[in-house]
Amino acid sequence: MSSSSQVTESWISSFCGLLGHEYFAEVSEDFIEDDFNLTGLQSQVPMYKEALEMILDVEPEDDDDEEEEEEEDEEDDEILGDERPTPYRRASDRRHLRIASDLSVIESSAELLYGLIHQRYITSRPGIQQMAEKYELQHFGTCPRVHCNSTKVLPVGLNDSPGHETVKLFCPSCLDVYTPPNSRFQTVDGAFFGTTFPSLFFMTFTDLDIGSGIRNNPTTAAQALIQIQAENAKNSNTTPANVTSINGIAPHNLAPGIGAGNIYEPRIYGFRVSERAKSGPRMKWLRMKPADVTELDETRRYWENPPDDADRPHDDDLNMVDVAEGKSVDSRKKISARRKRTNGSGNGGGSPMDTNGVGAAG
Amino acid sequence: MSDAGQGVAASPRDQVRKKISELIPSLEGLVSDLRVDYGGGHGAMDDFNSETDSDYTSYWRDWFISSRGNEYFCEIDEEYLTDRFNLTGLNTEVQYYQYALDLVTDVFDFDCDDDMREQIEKSARHLYGLVHARYIVTTRGLAKMLEKFKKSDFGKCPRVMCESQPLLPMGQSDVANSSPVKLYCARCEDLYNPKSSRHAIIDGAYFGTSFHNILFQVYPNMLPPKSQRRYEPKVFGFKVHAAAARWQADEREMLKDRLRGARIESGFEEEDDDAEEEEEDEEMEGDGFEGAAVQQ
Repeated sequence: MSSSSQVTESWISSFCGLLGHEYFAEVSEDFIEDDFNLTGLQSQVPMYKEALEMILDVEPEDDDDEEEEEEEDEEDDEILGDERPTPYRRASDRRHLRIASDLSVIESSAELLYGLIHQRYITSRPGIQQMAEKYELQHFGTCPRVHCNSTKVLPVGLNDSPGHETVKLFCPSCLDVYTPPNSRFQTVDGAFFGTTFPSLFFMTFTDLDIGSGIRNNPTTAAQALIQIQAENAKNSNTTPANVTSINGIAPHNLAPGIGAGNIYEPRIYGFRVSERAKSGPRMKWLRMKPADVTELDETRRYWENPPDDADRPHDDDLNMVDVAEGKSVDSRKKISARRKRTNGSGNGGGSPMDTNGVGAAG
Repeated sequence: MSDAGQGVAASPRDQVRKKISELIPSLEGLVSDLRVDYGGGHGAMDDFNSETDSDYTSYWRDWFISSRGNEYFCEIDEEYLTDRFNLTGLNTEVQYYQYALDLVTDVFDFDCDDDMREQIEKSARHLYGLVHARYIVTTRGLAKMLEKFKKSDFGKCPRVMCESQPLLPMGQSDVANSSPVKLYCARCEDLYNPKSSRHAIIDGAYFGTSFHNILFQVYPNMLPPKSQRRYEPKVFGFKVHAAAARWQADEREMLKDRLRGARIESGFEEEDDDAEEEEEDEEMEGDGFEGAAVQQ
C-alpha cells in the first residue's frame, strides 16, 4: 500500500484511508512504540517484527531481515528502546530490500497486528477520544431499527480473537448488534474493535444523550402517531423523577429506543394480533424495559424482601441508583429507605466502591 | 396478457374524449372522472377493447417491476387491475386516474406533451402502488410475495442474532404519503429501514400495515423459530446491563408460562438447550468464585 506509493503518507493513514477501513481510528505512533501496549501480540502475529516496522514506516540500519527473524525478541527491544536520532529509513527505501512475496505476507501481518493494536488503542484514553470524534461525525452509521430513529452506532466485535466474526455495529438505543449495511465492511475482522469498546465508550461518555434523535419533533403524520404513542409511553414511565442514574447511567440514556411505545405491535386491518395466535407476537420481551428503571436495582430489591437478615450488606453496597437531593420525594418504601441511607451515611462516608454517589453528593 | 385489445376500432366515446382533451387539456381530470361515473360496471371491458394504438405494447407493468428501485413490487394480474371493484375509491386518490389506469394496463393512447406524460407516468406509479397494497393480500398476491420472500428479494434482517432472516416490506400507515416503506423481520418481530436509499423513498402505503401479518396467518409454516438469545454487552468480559437482560428474560418466561397455560406452542427454538446452558454457566461461575477465594 503505502510502500508502493510515491507519496510520503504513513502506513497507518493509508491503511485507514482504504475502502472498508472507515471505522478505524489512526493509532498514534506513541501508543505503538510503547512496548507495554503490545504485550502478547508477538505470539499472535507471524513476522511480528517486520509487520511492526511496516506499520511504523521504519527500517533498522541492519539490512539482513531474514536473520533477524530468529532473534526477534532482542532486536525488537533494541529498536523500540532505542533513542538514537537516525536509526530508521522511510518506507520507500525499504521497498527495495524485500522480495515481493515476502512483502505481501508482511503486509497481511501488518494489517493483523494493526488491528489487534487498534482493539487495545480504542479502549485507551486518546483512542476512545478519537473514536468519540468519529462517532459524533456519524462515521459508523446509524441503527437500522425503525424505533431507534437513527441512533448513532459504534463498531463492535463479537470475539476478541481474530478470525471469528466480522465487525458488527452496536446500538446503545436497543442494546443490540447489527450487520453493517455495506458489504465492504464484511471483510473487516470484528476482533480489531473488540467486545469491550462500545460499552466502555458509553460508560466513559455518560453525558452523551443517546436518545436525542428519538425525542425529535415529528415531521409526518405517521411519525406524529408514533410520537403520540411515545407520549403515552412516557406517562407509563413511572421512574421516580429524582432518580438520576442507575448503574451509573442516566435513566433517559438506558436503552431509550426500547420500552413501551417503541415495540412493534402487529396488526391486521387495525386489529392487534393476539399472542395466542400461532403467528402472534413472541419477541416483545426483546424490546421491553421496565417502566420504572429502579426495578433493575436487583440487589436492593432482593434485600428489601427479607429485611431482617443478618447477612444484609451495608446500605452503601446496595447502591445502584442515584437520586437527586431536594427533588420530589417518592413516597414508596424503597425510596424512603434509600433516603434514610443517604442521610445516614452523609456525603463523605460512602463505601470506597461507591462511584454512583460522587455526582449526586456534590 | 394485454394483446386482447389490439386491432379493435376506438369507440366513438373515446374519440370524443380524445378530442375534448386535446382542445382543453385542463378538463382532462374532469373528463376522466365523468367517464368513471357513467362507465359503470362494464367500463373495464370498454377500456379493454376500445384502445387501438399498437405502439404502446411496452407492457408498462413489466417495465415497472423490473426497473431499478422497484424490486419490492410484484406484478399485479391484468384481471385484478381491470376489475373495477378492486379499484374502488382510487379515482379520488390518483390524479389523471383514467390515463394512469390506461398506462398501467398498456392501453394508453393519449397524445400529449412531455410534461403531461410525466404527470401521468407519476400518477400511474402511484396508482400501481395503491392497487399493489390491495393485491398482495389476495391469495395470488400473497403467493407471489411469498416467492419473493423466499428469494430474500426484500433483503435480510440486519440484526446479527436473526441470522439473515428474510424480511417483508410493510407500511406504518395505510394512507399514502405518510411514511416510507419499512421492513419487517418475522424472527425478531421488529421493523427496520431499508439499506438502500432508493428503497427508502417508496411509500409504505404501497404495502400496507396488514400484509406481512396476513402472510404468516396464511402460511404459518413460514414462521421462523424465535430465538431466545440476546446480545449481551460486555466490558472486559463483565456483562453490562445484565439486570436489564435478566428482566427481559423474566418477561419472556412469563410469556412462555402464559402460553403453556393456554396450551399453545411458543415457537421458541432450543428451549431445552438454553436451560442447560444457563445451568452450566451458573456452575462455572460458582467454580470461579471458589477458585478466586482460594487464591486470596
